[in-house]
Parts: sequence; C-alpha cells; structure tokens
Amino acid sequence: MSEDYRKMWEGLGLDLAAHDALLSVLGQGYQQLFLSQKNRPAGMGYFDFVMSEVHGLRVKELLDAKAAGRKVIGAFCLFVPEEIVLAADGVMVGLCTGADFATEKAEELLPRNTCALIKSMFGFKLGRVCPYMESCDMIVGENTCDGKKKAYESFGALVDNLYVMDMPQMKSPQGRDLLKSEYYRFLKAVEELTGVTIDAARLKKGIAVVNNKRKAVQRLAKLRAADPAPISGLDALLVNQIFFYDDPVRFTASVNALCDELEQRITKNEGVFAAGTPRILMAGCPMAVPNWKVPAIVEGSGAVIVGEESCIGERGTRTLVKDSAPDLYGLMDAITDRYFTIDCAIFTPNPSRTEHIHEMKSACKADGVIHYGLPFCQPYQMEAIPIEKKLTANGIPVMRLETDYSSEDAGQLKTRVEAFVELLK
Amino acid sequence: MSGLLRCAGIDIGSRSVELVVMEGETVVHSRIAPSGFDPLASANALLAETHYDRLIATGYGRHLLELAQDVETVTEIKAYARGAGHALPGCRTVLDIGGQDVKAISIGDNGRVVKFEMNDRCAAGSGKFLEIMAHTLGYTLEEFGPAALTAQHDVSINSMCTVFAESEVTSLLHKGASRADIALAVHRSIVKRAVGMVNRVAVTEPLLFAGGGALNPCTRRLLAEALGMEIHVPEAPQMLGALGAARLSP
Repeated sequence: MSEDYRKMWEGLGLDLAAHDALLSVLGQGYQQLFLSQKNRPAGMGYFDFVMSEVHGLRVKELLDAKAAGRKVIGAFCLFVPEEIVLAADGVMVGLCTGADFATEKAEELLPRNTCALIKSMFGFKLGRVCPYMESCDMIVGENTCDGKKKAYESFGALVDNLYVMDMPQMKSPQGRDLLKSEYYRFLKAVEELTGVTIDAARLKKGIAVVNNKRKAVQRLAKLRAADPAPISGLDALLVNQIFFYDDPVRFTASVNALCDELEQRITKNEGVFAAGTPRILMAGCPMAVPNWKVPAIVEGSGAVIVGEESCIGERGTRTLVKDSAPDLYGLMDAITDRYFTIDCAIFTPNPSRTEHIHEMKSACKADGVIHYGLPFCQPYQMEAIPIEKKLTANGIPVMRLETDYSSEDAGQLKTRVEAFVELLK
Repeated sequence: MSGLLRCAGIDIGSRSVELVVMEGETVVHSRIAPSGFDPLASANALLAETHYDRLIATGYGRHLLELAQDVETVTEIKAYARGAGHALPGCRTVLDIGGQDVKAISIGDNGRVVKFEMNDRCAAGSGKFLEIMAHTLGYTLEEFGPAALTAQHDVSINSMCTVFAESEVTSLLHKGASRADIALAVHRSIVKRAVGMVNRVAVTEPLLFAGGGALNPCTRRLLAEALGMEIHVPEAPQMLGALGAARLSP
C-alpha cells in the first residue's frame, strides 16, 4: 500500500495497526479463496483489482468526491434507495459488516447473543478499521429486525451522523404508505445534506444508473444457469458484494464485460467446474465482504453455487424501478413499488420469498438449496423452517445451516456440506 | 488367498481410528486404536498392519489422509449409511452417537442417504458429553451406563452444554441426589436430544444404533423406550463408519 493511503487512513482516524492486521488477513484470505481458483474468467481481473484497493483507491475516490462537494452516504441495508442518493449527486456505499472485529468492545454495548452482522457493524466502528464508515456524511440505519432497530439506538451514540429509517413489516396498503412516507422523508434529508433539490429529471437519472447496474447483475445471474457453470459461486458472490461499494457506472460496464466473456465460454461449453457438478442455490442471510466461509466450503466440497437468494444477490437486484412517470411523485411511487417487492424476512407473512426460491431453483437449474442463517437472526432462522418443509415436500433437497463469521465450527460444517453434496450426486 | 480385491475403509474419528478390510462382503480384518494427538500417525500405524488394494477414508480426519496420501474420502454420513446396509440389511434409519458428533440418517429404498441431521459447532449430547459427565460423577465410561440403570429416583438434567451440565450435576450432588440417579438423568438428557434428531429425519424402522454411544446399555434401553421400537446395535458399533468406507472402496 502506498504512503498516501496511510496518510489518508490516518486522516480518517483509523487505528493503523489494527487496520494493517485486517488488510493482511483479508489479503491472505482473498489469495487463498479467490486467486487460487482454476479457470477463472479474465473479466474477474477488474474485481480482483477493486478488492485489492477496497480500502485504498475506492476510499480515495470517495474523499475526492467529497472534496468536489459531493456527499457520501453509507448504508447497511438494500432498502435504502441509491436512486435518491444519486439524484442529489451523492455517493452511496455499503458499510463493513462481514467479519468479526473488536468483538469484545462490541459486547460492551450489545448482548453476546446478537447476530454477527450487528456485532460486526459495532466492531468495525469501535475498532476504527472501516474507512467507509469514517468517510460518510450520513449513515443510514433501518428498522428491519428488532436486533438492528435497538442496536441503532446505541450506534447513534458512536457516530454523529446516523439517520434511521423506519420499515413496514406487512405488505399491506398501510405498509406501503409507511415505506413511501419514509422515502419522502429520506429524500428531504438527502436534499438537506447535499443542498441539491431533487426534481424528476435528477431522479430519473438516478433510477437509470441503478437500473443499469441491476440489469448487469441480472444478466450475470442468468448466465450461471449454464452447465458447466461459466463462473464460480465465489466469484459471482464477489461481484454481488462489490455492487455495494464500487462506482455504479464503472461497475456496470465491468459486469457487462464479464458477461460478454461468460457468453463466449458458454458457446464453447467451457466452465469452471466439470459439467454435471452438483449445483447449489444459496438462500438466506446476506454475506457481506469478507464473509466467504460457507461458499468456500461448498465449492471446496465439489459443488458449484449457481445463485444467491440473498440481500447480497438476487433479493436486492431482481426488480427494476419503472421510470415512465413524468413527475417526481410518480417516480417516488415507482421507487416505493420496486422496494416493496423485496421479500425480506422482516415481512410477515412473506410467501413471496418461498415462491422466489422455487423460481430461482428452476431458473438456475440447482439440484439443492442450502439455507444460510446467522445465529440469533430470528427472521431468517424462523423462516428457514417452513421454507425447508415446503421445498422438501416438493422434492427439493434442502439443508439449513446456521453459522457466523468464526471458524470454530469448520469441521462439522465441512462434514455437513460434503454430506449434502454427496446426497445430490 | 482369495482372488477378491481387499477393500479397506478407515474412519479417523475424534476419539478413535477404525480400520476395516473386506473381501467381497466378508470382513477379513478390523482394528481400532485411539486417535491420540496425532491421528494421522495412528491411522498410518493401523494401515501398516495389513495390506489392501483400495482404500477410502472417512471421519473427522479424512482429509489428513487425502492430503498426505491422496486417498479418496467420503463423509461419515455416507459411510454410516453404507455400513448400515451391511450390518442390518434393509436398514432405514441410523443413529450414531460418536465422540464429537451425533448423527441421524434416513436411508432410502436404494440404500442412499435421503436426509440427515448432525450437530453443529458443539459436541453437546455426544460421547464426549457422556465421558465428561461420567468423570464428574467418578465413574469410568464402562461403569457409567450400568450404574445409571440402578437409579432409584427421578432427577433431571436440563443443560446440554457440557460445562453448564457439570454445574447442574454439582448442584444436584450438593442437594444430596445419588450419583446413580444423576447418571440416569444424564443419559435421559442425551437420549432426548438424539430422539429429537432422529424424529427430524423422519424415523422409519428398522433403526440401527451405532457409534461408541451404542455400547452403553442405559442409552440403548432409554432409546428403545423413547422411540417405542426395537433398536438394533451392530456387533461392533464403532466400526460402522470404517465398514461403510470399505464397502464404498471397490
């Protein structure tokens, strides 16, 4: 890493020693899990570069954008509409939550039995190792699960720029009204922060950028239906993770370039694993960078992951915003409608999620489903049980896993995953 | 010497390593040794005692052999299912209480695994749990089951976490409960957990009970009572994984 980055990190108030340690672990993990894969598409080179510069160049870009008068807004959840941020010339970034960090410090503010994702959000802040968090002009929390909504109360004391968005829990007209009013409130807050008045033209531009980004990852998702799979699940997950960090226009172009290459591979019947390799659909909790444990175990056990029914995956990308309305109100309605289709497990009841898993299973030609839940994440853990019953009743093999970011269960996890893969063969 | 291939299976488990060599459907050699702190050395020592044409490794340490000697591996789940077919033809459900793991496996008409359950991250309810509880109560593992069968009074243990259960046992001893009564309570608690696991894979008869836990007469009796069915225990219940691996190796 260049000296400039160290100065930049120091300027952001990072704990340089702890940050060095984090980057070193991240780098080793990346080398071991990603760069060692065979037959990787050349188009992954761009994403390797982004990861190698995840706390470097990308952060510098954010700081340059800030210097040019743009505002940086950080989010933890895909219910935060990037369209609105972009409409005000803001930059949106997903914040760090995929690794155990400063857990002991986090546990001074949170019960031990809190999901790893929430603990991680506190750990990255308390350990001062997330340059994104430190670059944000506004951090958006959202009242999804009980864990998160209560955690933001304590998190608000750690940062001076937390904005909390309320969330509906039922897909009723009243629920939609709540979401819509919260999006209007967010629009106003973004306008205040940026000093930009958002009009229909601006919002349309924002919608177009984000829709294009989603279309690119939708294209990638479709190509994974091919057998042999043209790209590993780990690499595809990485693309879905970088979705939240990268410059959206550059990201879109890079995903489309990758897809062009994958199309050629498919024509040539070329893949990363042999044809007939057991195919797995991952469903459940999000896997933020660098939470690669389960996918690495799955693909190290002789299977290929062909889809992610996840917030970092299709849950957040499969629907687009309609951009046909002529005015701001119509476009805000369209944004509300689009985000209201997200089948997050905080909704009750949530039948569309089970339907979506069925659809994805067929679309990506998966042989079985692994449902991934973080311990203490009640919405996904609870929903996993009826989903497993329903899928099993329809003859689809399902395995439920519950695991966090630690490695204490590596032995049992590997045995269970391998046994599930054996069962699919 | 017969002209049949000698097919070996080795199960490198958390507590012991088992080796089975088969010619056709006949077991011609079987050995068990402690895993110790160098399970690969224990496995190699067993392998050096005999000869074989094919070998498959299973168990916790299966990847040790895969890395050291490029030996093919299968999971314990598949190995137990395959071993069960030999030990109890037509077997449909396997329960294994091993050193670190408890597994329940449902087997289809064709002998293949249909569904399985296995503990995650913690050895709660496994042989390790029994071993530590026996030690806390001053029994050897061999004495533990028979002693529990002499219990006179009902007491209960609620915790499945070894450390919590130890506190519970201590607290019962200090209330004056007899160690035989507590021993029975410990057995009840692990059987309750195992039954839960078996029910989750949909229990179908006949059921084979394997692993070191099946050597314990109290566990066997409580399990038969709780499931309301006959419990079949193979001759050498700890060898089932190695047997299955040997059957998979041709």
